[in-house]
Amino acid sequence: MKKVSPPGLEKQAIKAKARQGFFIGLPSIAYLLIFFIIPLGYVIAYSFATRSRSGRTELRDWNVDAYIRLGEDVVQAVAWRSLWIAVLTTVICLLLAYPLAFFISTRRPVIRNLLLVGIMIPFWSNFLIRTYAWRVLLSSDGLFTKVVEGLGLGDGRILFTRPAVILGLVYGYLPFMVLPLYASIDRINWSLVEGARDLYASGWKAFRRIVWPLSRPGVVAGSILVFVPSFGAYVTPAILGGNKESLMGSYIVDQFMDARNGPLGSSLSVLVLGVMLIGTMIYFRQGGRNL
Amino acid sequence: MKKWIALVALLGVFSIMTAACGSDDETSSFKQCEAGETDGDLAFYNWTEYMDPDLITAFQDEYGVTVTEDFYPSNEEMVAKVQVGNSGYDMVVPSDYMVSILIEEGLIQPVQDAAVPNKGNVDALFANPPYDPGAEYSAAYQWGTTGIGIDIGVTGADIPHTWGLLFDADLAEQYGLSGKISLLDDPRETMGAALKYLGYSLNSTSDDELAEAEAVIKDAVSRVAAFDSDQYSELVVSGETIVGHGYSGNFLWDFEEGESEYDYFVPEEGGTVWVDNMAVVSDAPHPCTAFAFMNFLLDAENGAQLTNFNWYASPNGAALPFIDQEVLDNPIIYPPDQSKLEYIADTGDFEINFTDALTRARS
Repeated sequence: MKKVSPPGLEKQAIKAKARQGFFIGLPSIAYLLIFFIIPLGYVIAYSFATRSRSGRTELRDWNVDAYIRLGEDVVQAVAWRSLWIAVLTTVICLLLAYPLAFFISTRRPVIRNLLLVGIMIPFWSNFLIRTYAWRVLLSSDGLFTKVVEGLGLGDGRILFTRPAVILGLVYGYLPFMVLPLYASIDRINWSLVEGARDLYASGWKAFRRIVWPLSRPGVVAGSILVFVPSFGAYVTPAILGGNKESLMGSYIVDQFMDARNGPLGSSLSVLVLGVMLIGTMIYFRQGGRNL
Repeated sequence: MKKWIALVALLGVFSIMTAACGSDDETSSFKQCEAGETDGDLAFYNWTEYMDPDLITAFQDEYGVTVTEDFYPSNEEMVAKVQVGNSGYDMVVPSDYMVSILIEEGLIQPVQDAAVPNKGNVDALFANPPYDPGAEYSAAYQWGTTGIGIDIGVTGADIPHTWGLLFDADLAEQYGLSGKISLLDDPRETMGAALKYLGYSLNSTSDDELAEAEAVIKDAVSRVAAFDSDQYSELVVSGETIVGHGYSGNFLWDFEEGESEYDYFVPEEGGTVWVDNMAVVSDAPHPCTAFAFMNFLLDAENGAQLTNFNWYASPNGAALPFIDQEVLDNPIIYPPDQSKLEYIADTGDFEINFTDALTRARS
């Protein structure tokens, strides 16, 4: 005989479970509300507000001026430059990280864990300190400069140039590319590759048809994790680039700290959020579900 | 989709709530204090490397209160905290133009002369500043200039004292400065230096003059190593740059550590003079202790000790006899010709144009 619980009780059980889930989740819900939703609400409200003559953001006379200003040449130039640098950083990270992740996932477990720890060791010290360390390495008589010149690779003084910014960004965000790539490459069923080779697929073809598609969730996740922070990067362009090019991060800081223009600073932040949101949506569409 | 609607509605509710909180007018009168009266521990919000720790200890011992000092690197950061309200800070040290903004915003309270008898020690030059007529809301703390710090071990001591060292291609060629120049990452200071170089006021609100200044910076960018407001003096001392745009006292501090010969000057075209001021926050939890501390620092000997410590000039006239002679004789700390110095004034909506001009110029 099948045991059927009365519908009333079942309903109650489901309700109780939902309530339980709500209470368990309460701390995180409260956290998200206080530290994410409310501040985000501020940013959105500010972006429609008015700058007073003395630089206070006044929450009245709601208008879209700050969004109209996003179309100005000076803002567009900053946005496109940031976008370009973010794309370049992402591509370089991908080119470096893919072979590395492949290498790691094909090692013995002991070596593999050691290598993964190695990837994560930089996180043990502060990003700001590591960026300043690069400033020392890249300075005129720094180690990097000396080595490049010693190898006869030309002028190694790249501090305060765009290459230094890219170098700093790639250095900082490479682990964010390696780890998701490793996760998805490690999960590939290699018998599929064997099967392809048995069916006379060339090595390249097996990679293109089997390995690459299966590792794509990692590629997408890693690319977003690198692209998003590079787009709004602030510390690296300031310390290694000498702030010679205005990028999104520093431009937003300029609005709040120099022009005291809260509305424009906020609409720029909303723009950055929009770019990130698009990135995340691509991620979910492109197989984030498989990850 | 429903979730999104709920989220947007939620955001709307919060915006309205914050708007309602923000427009809460403060009409209560300020607590009155007597000379030497304290009403609790002091929360002091000051610039970095600006206060002699011995003075804090002396104040604590004399009045039996504890002083907590927090630090900020820019006026704007300080205002951002105080503006929100209930910052917990009693005393802040805003620069000239920021004092007028704080007064306009009602964020600082009038100085109670009865509680600060030493206010009379402030030199006449600083007793009626343009940013706070009659010094009703503030008392001068220290003053200094913005100018050029240079490694004369590289260039030789015989250099023209002009902003051209930062901006002019021929001078850069002559002294080998290309790629060895740093400018402040500060729209008002950097555009101001270019305006001064062109012979204009650094508070110009003329679009044409600002456009000319923008062209000057744009032309100079290829020779500039960095826009930096924190490390300009370290860059000169470490040899990464030869010439830097920055504040007098900071250069002096770092020149002590360098191995070369250095100089600092305000160019002949004129430059920025700034005054930092003590002010008591409107919602200060312990205003009486704050006024007692203000009075303590305006004491002749304490004022002198502060200048002997941080190497910025003292606005305290009575302190002069107690300041070390080598400090008084130092033309970097006390520039001999003060006629061409100008305060940065708040230009209201034109501030946006300064920021935009610098953004366009450097990219």
